[in-house]
Amino acid sequence: MSMAGQLDLSGTRSQILRRQSSRKASNIFAGVVISICTLIVLIPLFAIFYYLISKGISSINLEFFTQSFKPIGETGGGMLHAIVGTLEMVGLASVIGVLLGVSGGIFLAEYREHKLVPWISLVSDVLSGIPAIVMGLVVYAMIVLTSKHYSGLAGALALGFLMVPIVVRTTEEVLKLVPSTIREAGLALGLPKWKVTLSVILPAATSGIVTGVMLAVARVSGEAAPLIFTAFGNNNFNADPRDPMAAMPLSIYQYAISPFPEWHRLANAGALVLIIMVFSATLIARVATRQRK
Amino acid sequence: MTERIKAPPTRLGSGGDKVFRGIIIFLALCIVAIFVLSIYQLVSGGWETFSKYGLGFFFTSGWSPAKDSYAALSFIASTVLTSVLALIIAVPLAVASAIFITEYAPKWLAEPVSYLVELLAAIPSVIYGLWAIFVMAPIIQGWQLQILQNPQLNAIPLLHVDIPSGRGLITAVLILAIMVIPYTASISRDVIRLVPRDQREAAYALGATKWEVIWKAILPYARAGILGGVILSLGRALGETMAVAMVIGNRAALPTSIFDATATLASVIASEFGESGGLQLSSLIALGFILFLLSLVVNFTARAIIAKLTPEGIKV
Repeated sequence: MSMAGQLDLSGTRSQILRRQSSRKASNIFAGVVISICTLIVLIPLFAIFYYLISKGISSINLEFFTQSFKPIGETGGGMLHAIVGTLEMVGLASVIGVLLGVSGGIFLAEYREHKLVPWISLVSDVLSGIPAIVMGLVVYAMIVLTSKHYSGLAGALALGFLMVPIVVRTTEEVLKLVPSTIREAGLALGLPKWKVTLSVILPAATSGIVTGVMLAVARVSGEAAPLIFTAFGNNNFNADPRDPMAAMPLSIYQYAISPFPEWHRLANAGALVLIIMVFSATLIARVATRQRK
Repeated sequence: MTERIKAPPTRLGSGGDKVFRGIIIFLALCIVAIFVLSIYQLVSGGWETFSKYGLGFFFTSGWSPAKDSYAALSFIASTVLTSVLALIIAVPLAVASAIFITEYAPKWLAEPVSYLVELLAAIPSVIYGLWAIFVMAPIIQGWQLQILQNPQLNAIPLLHVDIPSGRGLITAVLILAIMVIPYTASISRDVIRLVPRDQREAAYALGATKWEVIWKAILPYARAGILGGVILSLGRALGETMAVAMVIGNRAALPTSIFDATATLASVIASEFGESGGLQLSSLIALGFILFLLSLVVNFTARAIIAKLTPEGIKV
C-alpha cells in the first residue's frame, strides 16, 4: 500500500526495468478502462435520445399541442390537457417553492447566529432526501382524504414541498457568496437590515436564486410519483386546479403501461416534449449561473 | 473571517426589522412544519395497519389484497436488494467517469462530458421507465427465451425463467443503475476535485505513474466523500418509483431468480394505489412510512460518514 513499496529500487537492473514496464502497462490499462467506463456511462443518454427522437418526432405536430385525449379506438388526439396541467401545477408549486425556499435560504444565510438555524438546515436536508412518492402520500392523506376529492391543487402542493429544500439550499449558498462588504456598506448607510436584505443582497443574488428555482422546476416537472394520488390524472381537458388534472409525466406513465399502440405513440411523443421542457429549464439554470461568474 | 456587523438600532429600522425577521422565521418554520406534518400524516394514515399488525407488519411477509392480509417484509427486502445490486453496478462506472473528468480529460473534453452526465441526472424517472419498457425489456425477453430453450441453463436457480416477459428484477436493477450513476458520479467528481494539489504533486514527485497517483494518493483521500456519495445515491435508489414500477413486474414476493418479478416499497405503492381502499390503503401508507424511515436512516448515515471521515479541508 505504501509508496515506498512501489518505488523499491532494490534488485538487479533487469528486475527494476521489468517492474517499471509493468507499472507503465498497468498505467495504460487503467487509462483505457476508465475511458471505456465513461463511455458506458454516456451510452444510455444517447440511446434514450435516439429512441425518443426516432419514435416520437413523427407524432409531434399541431394536433399534438392543440388536441386532448381521444378514446380508445379513435386515432389521433394530443396531449394539450397534460401540457396545460403540468404548466399550471408546476407554476402553482413554484409559488410555494419560491416563497418557503427563498425565505428559508434568507434565514439560514442572513441570521446565522439564530439558534434555530442548525435545526432548519437539518430539516431541509432531511426533506431533500424524502422520496417523491412519500411526499405524494403525505399530501394525499392531508388533502385528498379530508376533502374526498383529487385536485390539481393537491398535486401542486406535493410538487411545491419537493421544490422547497432545493431552493433553500441554493438560495443559502448564493447569499453566502454575496460579499459581506456589500452588506456592511448598506448597513453603514443607515439602511435597516430588512431593506439591505431585500433591495441590496437579494438583487445581487438573483441569478443564483433563479438557477436554484429552475433546477427545482426541472426536477418536479418530470415527477409522476407524487401526482398519482393527488392530481390523479384526467383524460379530459381541465384547467381548473380544484379538479383532477392531467400532467405530462403522469400521462406518459399511464399510456406507456397500457396495451394500446396508439397510446404508446402518444407516450413516446409526450416523453420527447417533456424531456425538451426539462432540459430547457436546466439550460436556463446553467445560463443564469454563467452570468453570475 | 471578520466579525459580522449588526444593524444599528435606528428608530427608522428596528420596527421593520422585527417584522421582517418575524416573517422570515415564520416561513422558515413552515419548512419544519412540512416535516412534522409528513410524519403525522403517514403515521395516522397507516394507523389502522399498525394497530392491527403491530410490529409484525415490519417483520413478516405475505402481502395479499385478495385475503385482505398485509405485511411489509418482502417489499423491504426487495427494495434493499434492487438498490444494492444497482449500486454494485453503478458505483465503479460512476467513480471511473468522475476520475476521467477530473484527471484524464483535457479541459475541452471534461466540460462537455460532465455536462452530459448532468443531463443524465435531469431525465425524468418516467422517461427512463418508458425506455426500459420499450427498449430494455425486449432485449431481456430475448435472453429469457434463449434460457428457456436451454434446459441446463434454466435449471440454475438464479437464472430460472418462469414467464419470459422481459420485466423483473434484472430489468429494474439495470435501469436503476443507469439512473443513480449521475448522482454518484457528480458527488465523486466534486470530492475528487477537492483533493489538494499537494497530494497529487507529492506522489508525482516520487515518480508515481498517473494511475498510482489516482489509486494511492487521490482515492484514499477522497474515500469518505465518495462513500458518503454512494450512500446518498442509495437513498435515491430506495425511493425511486416510476421507472422501477414500470419494469419490475410488481409481484409481492421475494425473487429467487434474477428474472423473477418482484415489487419494491415504492413500486407497490404506485401500482396498487388505484384500486385500494380500507386496510389495503392504510397498509400502503404504512409502507410509505417505512420508506420514509429507510431514507431518513440512509441520509443520516451518509452525512455522519462524510462528517466523521473526511480529512480537514475537503468537507463537502
